[in-house]
Amino acid sequence: MMYDAKWIVSGLIVFLCLVTLPLWYTAAAGGLGYKAEPKIITEEKKCIEPAQFMRGEHMVLLNKWRDTVVRDGERIYVASDGEIYSMSLTKECMRCHSNKEEFCDVCHNYVGVVSPYCWDCHTYQGGVKK
Amino acid sequence: MRINRRKFLKITGVAALGLIAESKLDMLSKFDLTEALPEEKKALEAEQWGMAIDLGKCGDECRDCIEACHKVHNVPAFDNPKDEIFWLRTIGFEEAFPEQAHEFVKKGLAHKPVLTLCNHCRNPPCVKVCPTQATWLREDGIVMMDMHRCIGCRYCMAACPYGARSFNWRDPRPLIKEIDPEFPTRGKGVVEKCNFCAERLAIGKIPACVEACKGALIFGDLEDPNSEVRKALESSYSIRRKPGLGTEPKVYYIIRGE
Repeated sequence: MMYDAKWIVSGLIVFLCLVTLPLWYTAAAGGLGYKAEPKIITEEKKCIEPAQFMRGEHMVLLNKWRDTVVRDGERIYVASDGEIYSMSLTKECMRCHSNKEEFCDVCHNYVGVVSPYCWDCHTYQGGVKK
Repeated sequence: MRINRRKFLKITGVAALGLIAESKLDMLSKFDLTEALPEEKKALEAEQWGMAIDLGKCGDECRDCIEACHKVHNVPAFDNPKDEIFWLRTIGFEEAFPEQAHEFVKKGLAHKPVLTLCNHCRNPPCVKVCPTQATWLREDGIVMMDMHRCIGCRYCMAACPYGARSFNWRDPRPLIKEIDPEFPTRGKGVVEKCNFCAERLAIGKIPACVEACKGALIFGDLEDPNSEVRKALESSYSIRRKPGLGTEPKVYYIIRGE
């Protein structure tokens, strides 16, 4: 038999409660089951690559674009379906997704990947055609 | 599955056709890359980009090139000279050409403001010292900056004998008059300088300063004997800044005799 079982067990219970407090808090605030839903406002029929790929790999693609444009001076992207795009966050991505708050930030805030450095330098407001 | 002779031949035939088709498609897609762009948007290319600044034609008061450059590149206008950011700027003749300046130098030249910018050296000391290769020499002779890699150590600023680089001590955004979304701004903590408008050359435009200038700035391929810049250099006397250092600058200054 365990020594001081009542202290240990009750201590463990308190610990578990504290650790899972954020979950209870969210549940109490009615936030359980919340799903981040980025809003797409464009009239274009498709993204440069399938949505599934973009959801999972857009950061990889953007990193590749960055290196290709800056280091190699190559600016044309051939998508998997053969379409040609310019490798530009502001000129290509933001042409459709000019609603950064409703599109990028919704998910980024939800998963806690708050604001990658992109927007410290790159701009999207105004001047970008919708 | 049993494969008889006929089936085997069919399969290999189809496979061979597939291989041929794939290589042809590959060629097609490469062909498309260059053909897809309209003529006026094709990149301007050169073996070695270089510039000549005709000091005889460059007006002392004119600031058209500086303003054009700083506008398209979102360069902030800090009042405090310690925070100053510039891609182009004018400095006195004595300061720009300490080896050529002397007390009896040609009248009008002694105190003439000289337009200075990154010299895009053939042998750039900034590139040698950069610990992250954030600045490097491109094959076409442009000394390029990759802001994504710059860690703000400022070794390049110490190495550059021309003071062509500036450091972002503060967030530049609040001091940019009008942000042009076509070009990124910089963040706090990176070094910046003239890039010979690499982003404009890539879409078929000449550098913004040359476009804004009324004939004093000549830009082109130094390896092409028929280029405008080569012709300008061959027909007039020209000097470079601090040539004794061996950095081999590619910005030339034309001095007129009259």
